[in-house]
Amino acid sequence: MNSALARGMARKAGLPWPAPLRRHRPGDPLVPGTVLVLGGGAAAGAAEEILRGWGVEVRRNSGGAGPLGAIVLALDALRAPADLSAPALATGQALRQLVPGGRVVAYLRGEAGDAGDPVRAAARRGAEGFLRSLARELRGGATANGIVLGGETLCADAPSAVAALRFLLSGRSAYVDGQLVRVDTTAGTLPVDWELPLQGKVAVVTGAARGIGAAIARTLRRDGASVVGVDVPAAGEALAAVASQVGGTALQLDIVRPDAGQAILAHARERHGRLDIVVHNAGITRDRLLANMDRSRWESVVAVNLESQLRMNATFFDAGLQGLRIVSLASTSGIAGNRGQTNYAASKAGVMGMVGASAAAAAALGGGINAVAPGFIETDMTAAVPLATRAAARLLMPSLMQGGLPVDVAEAVGFLAWDAAAGINGQTLRVCGQSLVGA
Amino acid sequence: MAASPENTVPQASRNAAGGVRPAVVIGGNRIPFARAHGHYAHASNQDMLTAAIDGLVARFGLQGQRLGAVAGGAVLKHPRNFNLVREAVLATALAPDTPAYDVQMACATGMEAIGSLANKIRLGQLESGIGGGVDSTSDAPIAVSEGLRRMLLELHRAKTARQKLAAVARLRPRDLAPDAPGTAEPRTGLSMGEHQALTTAAWGITREAQDQLALASHRNLAAAYERNFFDDLITPYRGLARDANLRADTSAEKLASLQPVFGKDLGTTATMTAGNSTPLTDGAATVLLGSEDFARQHNLPMLANFLDFEAASVDFVRGREGLLMAPAYAVPRLLERNGLSLQDFDFYEIHEAFAGTVLSTLAAWEDAGFCRNKLGLDAPLGPVDRSRLNVNGSSLAAGHPFAATGGRIVATLAKLLHEKGSGRGLVSVCAAGGQGVAAILEAR
Repeated sequence: MNSALARGMARKAGLPWPAPLRRHRPGDPLVPGTVLVLGGGAAAGAAEEILRGWGVEVRRNSGGAGPLGAIVLALDALRAPADLSAPALATGQALRQLVPGGRVVAYLRGEAGDAGDPVRAAARRGAEGFLRSLARELRGGATANGIVLGGETLCADAPSAVAALRFLLSGRSAYVDGQLVRVDTTAGTLPVDWELPLQGKVAVVTGAARGIGAAIARTLRRDGASVVGVDVPAAGEALAAVASQVGGTALQLDIVRPDAGQAILAHARERHGRLDIVVHNAGITRDRLLANMDRSRWESVVAVNLESQLRMNATFFDAGLQGLRIVSLASTSGIAGNRGQTNYAASKAGVMGMVGASAAAAAALGGGINAVAPGFIETDMTAAVPLATRAAARLLMPSLMQGGLPVDVAEAVGFLAWDAAAGINGQTLRVCGQSLVGA
Repeated sequence: MAASPENTVPQASRNAAGGVRPAVVIGGNRIPFARAHGHYAHASNQDMLTAAIDGLVARFGLQGQRLGAVAGGAVLKHPRNFNLVREAVLATALAPDTPAYDVQMACATGMEAIGSLANKIRLGQLESGIGGGVDSTSDAPIAVSEGLRRMLLELHRAKTARQKLAAVARLRPRDLAPDAPGTAEPRTGLSMGEHQALTTAAWGITREAQDQLALASHRNLAAAYERNFFDDLITPYRGLARDANLRADTSAEKLASLQPVFGKDLGTTATMTAGNSTPLTDGAATVLLGSEDFARQHNLPMLANFLDFEAASVDFVRGREGLLMAPAYAVPRLLERNGLSLQDFDFYEIHEAFAGTVLSTLAAWEDAGFCRNKLGLDAPLGPVDRSRLNVNGSSLAAGHPFAATGGRIVATLAKLLHEKGSGRGLVSVCAAGGQGVAAILEAR
C-alpha cells in the first residue's frame, strides 16, 4: 500500500498512525530536550545528579514551561497506594510537553514476589499498572518504562541502574515500551565511553547470517566489540558478508552439534584471545497447529532453540570464563502463547526458564545471563506470517502501532551485554513495542 | 628405452631447507563445485574467485588487510580477464593495495600459484599470500573464427573504400561459425579423455579398478561432509552448499552400467565412462599461506608447512609418454630432493582427472621397468597404501574446475594433516600439455 495515501486516509478517518521511532545514532544527544525529574523517592536526587553528570538539562518542578525530552519519575519510596496519586497526576500535567520520541522512566522498588507488607506491596504493584497504562497513552513514538530497584536498600546510583537509565532514555530503547528492568545488585562497572560500551570485548553471535542476528553483530561491533559470527554451514555465504561488514570472523557451525560450545570457545580464544559475550540468537520456527504437529518439527525446534543453548552454556560455565555475559533470544510467543507455535513457544519459554535458573552460575563467575523477548520484528521470519495477522500484529497490538526492526532487538541485547549491566541477571526484557504478538 | 636425462631423478640434490623459513598453510576456502551449466551457469570466473576469496577473508578476519600477494588463475579465460586475480581482489574485502597476479599452467595452475607463493614466503619476500584458482566451463569464452578475425583486423587497417570492400569480400560463410574452446590437445587433436584412454589401455587398467576408485571417491567425499570436515573449508555460493557432482548414493552396479565414452576405437575393450572420468565443472578455491610470524601475529592457525614442490613435463606429442603421466616423474624427483621414499606419507592426494590417470601413475611407480628405464631408478618406488589415498574424496566426486583443483587439494590435505597432528602428505596433479606438479606438505 502507498504509505502516504494510507496515512492520509487514516488521518481523515481519525485513526491512529504509527510515528517514526527515535533510534540511536552515534553522536546524537541522549535525550531530545530537558528532563523533568518528579517524585519524592531518593532516586530523584540520584537521577538528577547522574543526568547532570551526562550534561543533560534537568528540571525538578512540574510547573515550568518548554518542551521535555523525558520525564524521570521516582516512585521508589511508595509506602501506601495513596502515595502514587501526586506523582501520577503531576506526570499527567507534564505529558503535553513531552516531545515526539520522548521517554518516561520510572524508578520502582520491590522484593521479588512482593514479600512483606501488603499495603506497601499494593502501592508498588500499583505503580507498575500505572506505568504500563501510561505507556499505552503516549503518542509520537514516546515510551514509558521502569527500573525496579531490587530489595529495600539498592540505590539508583548502582551501576546497572545507571546503565538502565541510560539505555531507557536513549534511542537504543526505541521499541522497548511498558517494560520493567530489574536491578538486583550493585555489580557492574560503568564504561569509559558510553558510545563504546563494549570496547575491547569479544562477542559470539549465533545465527548471525541474517535478520536479527546480523543486526546484533553490527550493533555489537558499532559499540566496540570484536564479533565472531556463527551460523549453519549452509548459510555461509550470507554469514561471510556479515563477518566482512563487521570486520569479524565467520564460524560455520551447526550449534546442535554436541561439541558446538567447544568449537566456539576454541575459535574465540585462538583468533581473538578471549570470549566475553555470547548471544544465543540462532533459532528456527516449524509452525503447525498441535493437531498436525509431527515429531521432527517439534524436536528440531526444541533442539535448536533451547537444548543447544543449555549444552553450550554448560561448556562456557565449565570453562570458568570470568565476567561472561550471555544473552539469549526468547520470544513474546513464549510469554503470551501463539497459535501454531506450541513447539516454538515451548522452546522460547524454556529459554526464559533457563536464564532465570542459570543466573546464579553466571553471577558466580562475575557475569550474567538474560533473555530478550522480541515481539513482532520485521524480518524474513515474520514476512512469512499471513498478511492479515501481520497487519494486526504491526498496527493494532503494540502501543507503538508498528513492528520493530532487527536493530531494536540488537540494542537490547547490546545493553544486557554491557559490563555495567552486571546487576541485571536472570531476567527477560521484552522488545515488543508493548505488544504480545511475536515470532 | 633409455631414460631421457632431463626427466631422471638427479642424485643427491637435497632440499636446501636450511636457508629458508617455513611457509605455512593457514587455511582455505572454496565454493562448492558445480557441474557445468548448473548452479553457476551465470557466474563468471571473477564472480566465483571473488566469492572464494571473500569467504576466506571472512573466515580469518582479514578485512581491510594488505596481504603480500594474491596469485591464481583460470584455464578457460576471456581476453577481458587479462588481470583476473587483481580484478577479483579489488572486488573483495581485502585492502585494495594487495598485489595480485595471474598464473596459468593448465590444471596445475592452482598448484603453481600456491607453490610459488610458498617459495616467496620461504625466502622472506612475502609474509602472507592467497593462492588458488577458478574455472568456469559454463561461462567459457567463445571466439570468432580465424577467418572472421583476420577479416576484421584487415578491415581495421584498410584505408580506402576499395580496401575495405576487399577485406569484407574475403569472408566465407564458414567463417561465421564461432570457435568454442575444447579440451583437445592443440598438437595432437585428441581430447584429454582419448589421451588418457591410450595410457589406461597401455597400463592394462581394468574397468572394475577404475569404477572402484570412483566409488571410493564419492563415498569418501560424502563421509567427509557427514563428519563436517568441510565446515571450515567451504563457503556456500548461489544456493549451493555441497559439491553438485557428489553422488553419495552411487554404487558399483550403477557405475558398471555406464557406457564407455573414451577409447572406443583402440581395438581393446573401452573402460572409461562418465562415472570414472571427471565432468566439466565450475568453481573456485583459495588457500591462505603465511610465515609463522604472520600466523602468530594475527592469531591464525598453522595447519601444515608447504614443504616443497616440483613440476615435470613429458613428451606426449611423439607418443613417448602418456599425456597425464608427468606427475609420475615429478614425484620421484621431489622425493629424492627431500630424502623421502614414496611410503613416507600419511596421506596421498592424487588428482583424479580420470580414475585411469591415478591408477596408471600408481602402476608406473610399482613397475620396475618404468622406474628403471624412465626414471633411472635402481628399484621401483613401490606401492601406495590405498587406505591413505584421497581419503576425503577427490575430483571424480567433487568435480574439477581446472585451476581450482590445486587449492581444493592443498586446503583439504593441510587440514587432514593438522587433524592427525603429525606426518606428511603428497600431492600429485596432472595437467594439459603433458605437465604435472607434485608437492609435499608436513603436519603442524
